[in-house]
Amino acid sequence: MKQQNLRHTTTRNAFFWGWVLILPTMVGLVILNIYPMIKTVYQSFCKTGDFGRGNIFIGTANYAKVFSDPVVWQATLNTFKYMIVEVPFSVIIALFFAVLLNKNIMGKSIYRTIFFLPMVAAPAAIAMVWRWLFNSQFGLINNVFHISTHWISDPSIAVYSIALIGIWSDIGYNMILFLAGLQEVPREYYEASSIDGTNGFQKFHYITVPMISPTIFFVLVTRIIAAMQVFDLIYMIMDRSNPALSKTQSLVYLFYQYSFVQKNFGYGSTIVVLLLMFIMVITVFQMFAQKKWVHYN
Amino acid sequence: MTRQKRITSLIIHIVLIVASLTMLVPFFWMFLTSFKTITESTQVDPFVIFPKTWSTDAYKKVLNTMNFLLLYKNTILMIFFRIVCAVVTSSMAGYAFGRLKFKGSGIAFSLVLFQMMIPSQIFIIPQYQMISKMGLPNTTFALVFPGLVSAFGTFLMRQAYKILPKDLEEAARLDGLNIGKTFVLIMAPLTKSNTIALSIFTAVFAYKELMWPMIVNTDKNSLVLASALAKMQGQYTSHYPELMAASLIACIPMILLYLVFQKQFVEGIATSGVKF
Repeated sequence: MKQQNLRHTTTRNAFFWGWVLILPTMVGLVILNIYPMIKTVYQSFCKTGDFGRGNIFIGTANYAKVFSDPVVWQATLNTFKYMIVEVPFSVIIALFFAVLLNKNIMGKSIYRTIFFLPMVAAPAAIAMVWRWLFNSQFGLINNVFHISTHWISDPSIAVYSIALIGIWSDIGYNMILFLAGLQEVPREYYEASSIDGTNGFQKFHYITVPMISPTIFFVLVTRIIAAMQVFDLIYMIMDRSNPALSKTQSLVYLFYQYSFVQKNFGYGSTIVVLLLMFIMVITVFQMFAQKKWVHYN
Repeated sequence: MTRQKRITSLIIHIVLIVASLTMLVPFFWMFLTSFKTITESTQVDPFVIFPKTWSTDAYKKVLNTMNFLLLYKNTILMIFFRIVCAVVTSSMAGYAFGRLKFKGSGIAFSLVLFQMMIPSQIFIIPQYQMISKMGLPNTTFALVFPGLVSAFGTFLMRQAYKILPKDLEEAARLDGLNIGKTFVLIMAPLTKSNTIALSIFTAVFAYKELMWPMIVNTDKNSLVLASALAKMQGQYTSHYPELMAASLIACIPMILLYLVFQKQFVEGIATSGVKF
């Protein structure tokens, strides 16, 4: 009886303290995230009055406009182009260097420090220096290689130039995650396979990749989501007068322009809801696809 | 070491050194350009890599036109309050989710996971509307606002509390401490390394944030480093020595902190992984 009483008070206690402790976070999440999300979805069905005031419900008109807006489709294409280049390269290069650094080599931490450096620099500063490196007339790249490529003003390549900056920025970050994953792979696996006479590539293919596939999956999912949200680099690098702007502006860039430059919250909301849909579809697809290639112990 | 092994190791080092230098080129270039005159920076025949005389004009000019002390102050205040908010609220919630069994915890935690999966742009317009309705644009509060609580921090701290051994907590409870006191006095101190990781993570991403500060704090006295750089670029279009000097001034403190607290930085961001 006493035991039962005690258990009863513990349960009640846990209930009381549990809710007291999570209350600030829960209230915060509801005010800062849940309510805003619902409001954004609602606003995507509204027309914003002048100077960003007032919501007039207009049903699905914004969506009809989005689906027939060539600018939005071009921005979608730009965003996917950026993602399709940035993610695989930043992941593969990072994995390559992580495998190299996972060996017992001299100066390992120095290399790691250098690769990770872009992660702690302000994106605005990174964008500015790359813009300067890419400068077609005075830039380092063109002058060293004696070429005259218009890296960021040629509409056919500008989005890839920006992806290059993204790759440079993210390699270190991905590498750190891979290094953490590689540390979990038991050394004996490699030793055993050495006795069997496998070469480095076979070890990578048959041991490393399957063993760290959960990390690879995680990095891929988060990288893709982040790449779909590219904004800072495009905002900083592309001038309003840049002839390549329409071929590089991303969905989030459009969202920013509509929402906070033109104060058209309704249309801005519609674009961001569209982005959410894309991200959800891609993520769900990956969740299903992972069953084919990700090995959990 | 066999001959073949030595050759492999040499090749690996060459690859790593070349890659490291490539990674550093933008930083070198930022540094070198900042000490050039405008003429030198736009000279192509011959192309100048190292400045002939190391000119500090660009630094003098940006330090005169931009109030870096104020920018630092605004940025540090934003980072400081974001860290405090994230650490306090996430530790509390993390402890509850990680160690207590209570009704409703499952559904509450799914809310946390849900927030982590949604791209943050979807919250921005209403968040901005709230700040503007409260009449609080151009304040530190506005900068901190989206970071008052942290879903990611809650997730991280839940993991941290989950793996702590049970006996300490039980001993404390037998000694008559209630759940609140057990949390504050016994359990929280054990998660120091995770708290540091969360703090660094919060600091780095607050420092790097561009869109939100640009939206809510437009007054020149309430800018942060990131948004001030963005604004400056529009004004100094082709004065690259000045732009590079300002970029370097804005980046140096974080880079120095990183070099000193490298291990914590790398861990802080690696344990996290999640960056939406």
